[in-house]
Amino acid sequence: MIQFEQVFKRYPGGHDALSDLTFTMESGEMAFLTGHSGAGKSTLLKLVALIERPTRGQVLVNGRNTGGVSRRRIPAFRRQIGMVFQDHKLLQDRTVHDNVALPLVIAGVGRRETSRRVRAALDQVGLLDKEGLYPVMLSTGEQQRVGIARAIVGRPPVLIADEPTGNLDPDLSLEIMCLFERLNEVGVTVLVASHDLALLQRLGHRRIALAEGRITEDEAHAAPGHATA
Amino acid sequence: MRPQATPRRRKRRGARRQAATPKPPRRKSGFEFRVPGPRGLARWISRHAQTLVGTLGRLTRQPAGTAMTIAVIGIALALPAGLQLLVANFQGLSGQWDDSVELSVYLKPGTTEDRARELRDQVAAMASVSETELVTADQALEEFRESSGLGPTLAVLEDNPLPHLVVLRPAQDHASPGQIDSLAETLRSLPDVDLVQADTEWVRRLYAMLDVARRIVILAAVMLAVGVVVIVGNTIRLDIQNRRDEIEVSKLIGATDGFIRRPFLYLGFWYGLGGGLLALLLVEGGLVMLSEPVARLAGLYGSNFRPEGPGIAGGLALVGAGAALGWLGAWVSATRHMRRIEPGQ
Repeated sequence: MIQFEQVFKRYPGGHDALSDLTFTMESGEMAFLTGHSGAGKSTLLKLVALIERPTRGQVLVNGRNTGGVSRRRIPAFRRQIGMVFQDHKLLQDRTVHDNVALPLVIAGVGRRETSRRVRAALDQVGLLDKEGLYPVMLSTGEQQRVGIARAIVGRPPVLIADEPTGNLDPDLSLEIMCLFERLNEVGVTVLVASHDLALLQRLGHRRIALAEGRITEDEAHAAPGHATA
Repeated sequence: MRPQATPRRRKRRGARRQAATPKPPRRKSGFEFRVPGPRGLARWISRHAQTLVGTLGRLTRQPAGTAMTIAVIGIALALPAGLQLLVANFQGLSGQWDDSVELSVYLKPGTTEDRARELRDQVAAMASVSETELVTADQALEEFRESSGLGPTLAVLEDNPLPHLVVLRPAQDHASPGQIDSLAETLRSLPDVDLVQADTEWVRRLYAMLDVARRIVILAAVMLAVGVVVIVGNTIRLDIQNRRDEIEVSKLIGATDGFIRRPFLYLGFWYGLGGGLLALLLVEGGLVMLSEPVARLAGLYGSNFRPEGPGIAGGLALVGAGAALGWLGAWVSATRHMRRIEPGQ
């Protein structure tokens, strides 16, 4: 589902963010990316979402080589990937419903179908009753759940999250991670970057540890009922 | 007869079949090309209608800024529109003056009065001539005697030294300087014509002045059109900066450039449309203010001239031009500035 083959990424200015990265995530797998800030976690996720392109090597997502995706095809490509951000990137001047509906509006889904799917997504993250509120009226944890609802409303086969629990206390963090686990159980490939090692150890799952742009550890923790690489 | 009739009928049928067969597929493929299907089309229309209304709502939520932008566009459009109206009215006025252009055709001395009448009739029959008047030598002498007061002196003359004269006016649609010149040329070539006088100098000057004025209008229109594009472009640029987050998020979740650009295009359209309507209002208002004193001035010159407005076609052109320029300005600006907003950089 996500495949990196000898990927190098050098930013303008000469900083090597990733060097010689090779790993494969199977469809339906869940994995965590760990490492200190600056280890290359964000860069790796950016390569998956085609926000950045590799300097060398190949990145395959959904069986597609991202190198072959032209600038014009990037929007269609990104609709296959759900993205969750640390600062959740919600639009403050729109209601929860409208925020979650944005991917469907962009994809040109009809209004009735949009409404139905937005409610289904909000139900999954447990915020169905907050539909008409604005993001500022919600707690940080709730805002992050709205961000997750927006990421999954288009039913993408791949979900990537960059430090989704970075601003949350331990209880809320666990709640968010459990939400990712539930999504993984219904078949979504989930890749989460996080530096909260204590939390990750409780959860299990495969962990890919990065340091200075290289994989230092790729542990497959057997979580019940999941295929591991 | 029968054996002859059957093959002919057959042939005709065959011809019809040949002519009919290639047509339907062509029509079908053209149809499929243009319309994406009733559902898709309806969705496309409703999406655009939503944006159209949504952007209008966005504008009304910041009335001061919107009003200022529209005022600037309106004034910029009203200027060339007013100038154009001025020139058009002058042209209409010059049409009235064209009536007073006269050609004097002097016949050769010794031409008989009958021949003069014949010539007058011949000239009057020309399509390019509207009115003719024959002034015979005797009439002319009489007139001169009365007006000059030289009665006794003139009585000394044995013969009338004056020629017959045909005075004529060119028809309304043959009154341009060039046409008058060619008419004079034709008249000169007629037998028994001695001299043709046409005072086209001042008409030429007027037309030259109108040409200059028209150029000025075009120049002003082009410059101010560019101005409108820049004004709208700048307004849209600021709007894009204010919506940076929204654009970035939209790009992250798979919005195409076209999708992001669409609301800005409609914003530009509304600005332009509003500006066009304001310009029309300004022009009509100016006309109302001017019409009474202009009529009084024209009255002093014995004319019943009334300034004409832009009319329905002119008004639609003005508003349409405003909307088109607004759209263009938004397109240029949105396409330029949207590209700079890329997520994650």
